Amino acid sequence: MKKFTTLTTQVVPLPIENVDTDQIIPARFLKATTREGFGENLFCDWRYDASGSPRPDFVLNNPIYSGKALVAGKNFGCGSSREHAAWALQDYGFDVVISSFFADIFKGNALNNGLLPIQLSDGFVQRIFLAAETDPQAQVTVDLEAQTVTIETTKEYESFEINPYKKSCLINGYDDIDFILNQRAAVEQFEQQKAVV
Amino acid sequence: MGKTLVEKIWDAHVVKRDEGYPDILYIDTHFIHEVTSPQAFDGLRKRGLPVFRPAQTIATADHNVPTLNQHLPIQETLSRYQVDMLTKNCAEFGVELYGLGHPFQGIVHVIGPELGITLPGATIVCGDSHTSTHGAFGAIAFGIGTSQVEQVLATQCLLQQPPKTMRITVDGMLGPGVSAKDIILYIIAKISAAGGTGYFIEYAGSTIRSLSMESRMTICNMSIEMGARGGLIAPDETTFEYIKGREFAPKGAGWDKALAQWNTLYSDSDAVFDAELTFDAADIEPMITYGTNPGMGIGISQFVPSTNSQELSERPSYQKALNYMGIEDDSALLGKEIDYVFIGSCTNSRMEDLRAVADFVKGRQKAPNVIAWIVPGSKQIEQQAIAEGLDQVFEAAGFQLREPGCSACLGMNEDKIPAGKYCVSTSNRNFEGRQGPNSRTFLASPLTAAAAAITGRITDVRSLLTENTYA
Ligand code: SF4
Repeated sequence: MKKFTTLTTQVVPLPIENVDTDQIIPARFLKATTREGFGENLFCDWRYDASGSPRPDFVLNNPIYSGKALVAGKNFGCGSSREHAAWALQDYGFDVVISSFFADIFKGNALNNGLLPIQLSDGFVQRIFLAAETDPQAQVTVDLEAQTVTIETTKEYESFEINPYKKSCLINGYDDIDFILNQRAAVEQFEQQKAVV
Repeated sequence: MGKTLVEKIWDAHVVKRDEGYPDILYIDTHFIHEVTSPQAFDGLRKRGLPVFRPAQTIATADHNVPTLNQHLPIQETLSRYQVDMLTKNCAEFGVELYGLGHPFQGIVHVIGPELGITLPGATIVCGDSHTSTHGAFGAIAFGIGTSQVEQVLATQCLLQQPPKTMRITVDGMLGPGVSAKDIILYIIAKISAAGGTGYFIEYAGSTIRSLSMESRMTICNMSIEMGARGGLIAPDETTFEYIKGREFAPKGAGWDKALAQWNTLYSDSDAVFDAELTFDAADIEPMITYGTNPGMGIGISQFVPSTNSQELSERPSYQKALNYMGIEDDSALLGKEIDYVFIGSCTNSRMEDLRAVADFVKGRQKAPNVIAWIVPGSKQIEQQAIAEGLDQVFEAAGFQLREPGCSACLGMNEDKIPAGKYCVSTSNRNFEGRQGPNSRTFLASPLTAAAAAITGRITDVRSLLTENTYA
């Protein structure tokens, strides 16, 4: 897994609530057997019309917005557990998703892939939307070590919570499998005890 | 202080708990399917790891299999490739596969219980959010992502934070024409599509206790639609009766030993839940959704809520949902013309559902403008339906009984609802495009779906119930 420490980037605003994983990557694109290439179809049905032409009103098709942080309305990533949603966001080029609320499974999937889901207050998310609306070039800085997000144009910042274990995984670039494999003896002992009961 | 059922099962599966770290949770049973497993097997190969406990993983092909002519090679190239990949991976890593053509094949959450693999007190995971279905047996069952599928294959464990617990109690008698699906759609409409986030939900109360196992599965299935990590129901005689004698259920002395342990699986009377909610069964009427998340549901006789009744910040999303659905706010859904009816999915594709529909449609004819599909949850259910002559009943009524799979629940195979068309569906998700690009879904119970097929419109099934129809 790739290491994450700090990031200063422009943001892509998507002020829609309850963005479900069927929108992030529709089911018909789940037939791949590798993790790569999903970015092409990220938000496919919002991004393209029936004939496959880009819809000019969708933010990913608006050249004035770009960057490695997607900022979305609350309850982002609800619905299907497909990890492809995290892969698609990452493959497209996002390293961070900011929202005032995340669905559980999405959050776990994102963290397991080194895509950082950052939950901020609704008020602060609105301020990021406002900053991006006022100046599409506006940047935010995500500091994982300090657990803060700062809007560079106004220097307003807010702290976010992250599980300390997950934080160390992201900073060091290691994952859960590495961690559990180191505990193999404990797992085998547990199995033996369970068989006896 | 006593423990909740979730805490009892959870604590019995903690391999290691360290301050500042998630628990290492032991997983008893792992189900896999073709869509969320290939990258996990790939990961194992890259790390040079075997499957740690292959006997505890069971595979089936369900998400993108065709539901016609399953004996022929899959036409669609990518689907065929994905199913072939599952076969290859299972062979290489020593995992049992109930693939196409196998008498045990079916939707992963239908076959686990049906085969007696899903058992009380167990920890069960699958790379699929509706794994919560298995909670109906008093198990901790939840959906995981592909990285976690890889984790379970490699270690038979998951790193997890213990969940918060919520108890939802439903008491009282259900009215005629009201079923488990209506109960769960009602609860989700009350607490919203995010109202259960972070919780494991225990369903309790006299209404829940009176339900069959199949109905309990319908309820637990949709726990995820309110954001919950899972849902479960304490096992009782109904549960034990259902499991007894099934293919892989414990037998003989093993059964007695298991039963003794299962009888300890309940929330202690002094257990404290992080949240508690109570509902009255008498308030529930047949439900239907009008929007694009399962929380947007109403009683069938009610009006679609007005945009002005929504929180200011939620109005744009609300309006977007109604526009997508082509529905006016403040309007009635009753009488709205529909195009498709889909009876299937891991929510409502079991024998109880098929029997209820058959009872209802017997001697009736579907409306000419409607295409009605019935897709059984498993090969065994399909065979049973045929043995009971339900296929004849469906055919006479103009419904098509197809072969088992996920089908139009998510439209990964050919079974898609065309753009702009309306489908009354017994599945669990009404998201934009879920049943095919730009398709429009009304979620409802099997009876409400069957009633819509007969009249060609959204119909209050209660107006069509006669004394001898199943209620
Ligand atoms: S039937 Fe639908 S919800 Fe159930 S496992 Fe299949 S795709 Fe998922």
